Amino acid sequence: MVNLVIVSHSARLAEGVKELAGSMIDGDVTIIAVGGIAEGDDYRLGTDPMRIHAALEEVWSEAGVLLLVDLGSAVLSATLALDFLTPEQRATCLISNAPLVEGAVIAALEAGLGHSLEEVNQAAEATAQFEKIPRSLNSY
Amino acid sequence: MTRDVTLEQMQHWLLHYADQIEQEQATLTRLDAAIGDADHGVNMQHGAEKMRAKINDLTDCHDIDVFLRTIAMTLISSIGGAAGPLYGVFFLRASKEAGPGDVISLDRLAQMFQVGLESIQQRGHARLGDKTMVDALAPAVEALRLATDAGQSTTEALAVASEAAEAGMLATIDMEAKKGRASYLGPRSIGHQDPGATSAYLLVASAAATLGN
Repeated sequence: MVNLVIVSHSARLAEGVKELAGSMIDGDVTIIAVGGIAEGDDYRLGTDPMRIHAALEEVWSEAGVLLLVDLGSAVLSATLALDFLTPEQRATCLISNAPLVEGAVIAALEAGLGHSLEEVNQAAEATAQFEKIPRSLNSY
Repeated sequence: MTRDVTLEQMQHWLLHYADQIEQEQATLTRLDAAIGDADHGVNMQHGAEKMRAKINDLTDCHDIDVFLRTIAMTLISSIGGAAGPLYGVFFLRASKEAGPGDVISLDRLAQMFQVGLESIQQRGHARLGDKTMVDALAPAVEALRLATDAGQSTTEALAVASEAAEAGMLATIDMEAKKGRASYLGPRSIGHQDPGATSAYLLVASAAATLGN
């Protein structure tokens, strides 16, 4: 099974996306939320490459891991986290270009069906084209 | 004239940098509020605090590469914005270039800055003129290389590098941002000094204040 790592600047947003995506899972897909920068017992906004790396180590399997990210430095932090993996691990990790919420929900569904990393990512990225609101509703 | 740089000087460099960041935190925040998300000052402040604590804890360190690698990992885990990975890869790459031992030549220091800059550019895909930290660092790296090759002292070479970084930082005012949050503003980013270039200038200015002899 492909596993998922959710990366957001906000710890609460990452947890919320995990909760929502987790509700779609039928199989044994693991989702880890990595959000914010630890500060005492709480988190401030930001992304921590080393916690992303730890999450990747935790959920990595040969089937691969898809990372879903929010914006900006989340991408930089995720790429740096990949650098700390072994080449073998890195070869089966992908940072998705998908929108965070829609992408995570569809990725969880696809991963739960046992699809490959590439298939899971393609389905997640295709959600960028989803029409949330039928055009006819927006025409007035 | 010795042109060596010691581990002890490097510790002073980065403690000085932490002080500079704290002093300029409000300025960095103000600059970032104008064209970004106003978090560069706070992010760098968190990095500076953690870096200072780590340097003070690291009394048992005898190798420049171990020291710089520790700084890199500390900044990566504590800054939180794009500056974390970017300053992180700068020091990671510089650490590899420095190698073990508690002293390096000025030539090696110039090389450290060179490869550190390259790793930032690889990671952030920023080019000269994109209104980023690269616009302060790249002129500094070039000036440091020229002064080093011309046989100048560490003090002289770092002084010209710092002047070049300052000029590069000020040149970002007239640039249109091509990277980061500021690029969303397009032409409206013109007229504002880049916060990343400002914190990068402070790094070079701190080096000039501490690594000379």
